[in-house]
Amino acid sequence: MIHIENLTKYYNDFCAVDQISFDIKKGEILGLLGPNGAGKTTTLRMLTGYFMPTSGTISVKDYQLDDNLLEIKKLMGYLPESAPLYHSMLVYDYLDYVAGLRGLDKNKKISRIRQLVDLCGLDEIMHRTISELSKGLKQRVGLAHAMMDDPEILILDEPTSGLDPNQIAEIREIIRHIGEEKTVILSTHILSEVEATCDRVVIIDKGKIVANDRMEILKQFAGQSHFIHLDILRATFQDVNDKLRAIDGVVGIEKIIEKPNGPLSVQVACKSASDLRESVYHAIKQTDWVLIEFHQETKTLETIFRELTEED
Amino acid sequence: MQQVIRICSKEFKDYFISPIAYIVISIFLLVTGWFFFTTFFYYNQADLRNFFNLLPITFSFMIPAVTMRLFSEELNVGSYEMLLTLPVTFKDILVGKFLAGVLFVAAALVPTFAYPIFIAFMGQLEWGPVAGGYLGALLLGASFVAVGLFASSLTRNQIIAFIVGMAICFTLTLIDKMLFFFPRSLLGVVGYLGADFHFQNIARGIIDSRDIVYFLSVVFIGLYGTHIVMQEKN
Repeated sequence: MIHIENLTKYYNDFCAVDQISFDIKKGEILGLLGPNGAGKTTTLRMLTGYFMPTSGTISVKDYQLDDNLLEIKKLMGYLPESAPLYHSMLVYDYLDYVAGLRGLDKNKKISRIRQLVDLCGLDEIMHRTISELSKGLKQRVGLAHAMMDDPEILILDEPTSGLDPNQIAEIREIIRHIGEEKTVILSTHILSEVEATCDRVVIIDKGKIVANDRMEILKQFAGQSHFIHLDILRATFQDVNDKLRAIDGVVGIEKIIEKPNGPLSVQVACKSASDLRESVYHAIKQTDWVLIEFHQETKTLETIFRELTEED
Repeated sequence: MQQVIRICSKEFKDYFISPIAYIVISIFLLVTGWFFFTTFFYYNQADLRNFFNLLPITFSFMIPAVTMRLFSEELNVGSYEMLLTLPVTFKDILVGKFLAGVLFVAAALVPTFAYPIFIAFMGQLEWGPVAGGYLGALLLGASFVAVGLFASSLTRNQIIAFIVGMAICFTLTLIDKMLFFFPRSLLGVVGYLGADFHFQNIARGIIDSRDIVYFLSVVFIGLYGTHIVMQEKN
C-alpha cells in the first residue's frame, strides 16, 4: 500500500529523519513510536505531502509522491497533532467546508456529515464555534475532518494526546473500528496506546528506525526475561538477598524500598524463560517473614522502548 | 477551479462572520466620506476626483489590515497543515485567498457608489472618469491585496504582516512623489514604479495598457513572491 524508501529530512543542518525505509500493507494499523523529537511528526508530514523530503521516495499504491501529490492526498485523511482547526468557524460550517474541498456533492455531504457526527459523537457541538471547544472535542472534530470522504489511508499524529481516559478509550475504539478495513498509521509516545490498537510497530529514535516488527513478535522478544516483585514484612534486605540468591535461576536482587517499620520491597530478576515463583514461595515459607505482595512482571513494550531509545 | 471558488468563498465569508469586515468597511467609508465631502462643496465641481485622489493612501492602510490574516493566522494556528493536506494544490489556496481579498475590496467600494449617484443629482457628472476610477480602484486594490498576501506569508504574527504590508503599499503609493531623492538617470524607472501615478491615469478616464500591465505585474510579483516564500517553508 505505502512504500517508503530512504526517506531523509534535514532542517538546515539538523537531520530530523535519517534514511527511513518501511512498508505498510493494506488494512494494517501501524504505530509509529518514539520519544519526543524522534522524527515521528516529520515523517508523517512528509507522508502527507506537507513537507518535501530532502531525499528518498514515497509511493502510495501506484502513485509517486513527487508526481501525483493530488491523487495521494485524495486517498489520505490526516489529523495533525492537536487538531489545528479554524478558530472562528462553527463545527458544522467547518465540516461542510472540508466536505466541499474533498469533493463530496451536496446530498452525499449531508449524509456523510451525519454519519461522522454519530461516529465521533459531535451531536451537541455542531453549532458551536471551534474556539469554544475543549481539546478533546476539537480532537473529535479533527477526526471527523480526517475521515470525511472515507479515505483508504488514515494518518493520525498523536490522536489521543490531551484527552481524558474516557475519551482515549473512545478514540481507540474508533481507530480499531476503522482499522478493520482501512490502513491506519498513528504516531504516539504512549506505549499502552500502541499495545491497545496496533498490529505492527515501528520504533524510531533520533530519526532512525530501531525496531520494526509485528506486535506479537516484539512482545515475545520482550517476554524472555521477567522479574518477581516481592513486598515482605519483618525482614532485612541482607537476609532476603542471602536466602533468594541460593535459588537456581535468580540473576539479581534489587532493593526498591526499605523502611524501618514498613515493608521491604525487592525485585528479583530471573533468568530468561524460567518460572521461579514456586521456588521463591518455598524459600520464603521456611522463614518467619510475612509476605504481603507477590507478583511476576514480564518485560513490557515499555522496557523494550526504553532499552532501544535510551542514551548510552 | 472549484477548489479555488470554495476556498475563496470560505475566506470571504470569514470576513463577514467576524467583526473585521464591518469595522474596516465603516472606517473606510468614514475616512473617505469625510475627506471627500469637506472640500467637495468648496470646489463646486461635479466630479469624484478628490475621492480617487485619496484612495491609494486609504488603501495602503486598509488593505494590509484585511490581508494580514490570510496566511499569518493559518501559520499561527497550524490550520495551514490541515488545509494543505486536503486535496488542494498550493495554487488553489493562493488564488482563492487572493480573490477573497479582491472581493472584499470590491465589497468595500460598493457603498461608495452612493457618492456619484448623489453628485449626479446635483450637477452634470461625467460618467467616464467615474467608471475608470472604479476600474482603477479595483486594479489598485488587487495589487495591494497581492502585496498584503506576500507580507502575510512572511510571518506568523499578524501585526508584523500588517506593518510590512503597509510599508510596501505606502512606498508604492508615494514613491513618485519622492523623485527628488533619486539620481536623474533613475527618474523614469522610479516614476514608473509609483502606483499612484498609474492609478490617477486610469481615474482620469484614460485606459492605457501600460497602466493595466503595471497593476497586473504587481499582482503577479506579489503572488509569485508568496508562492516562493510558502514553498520555502515546506
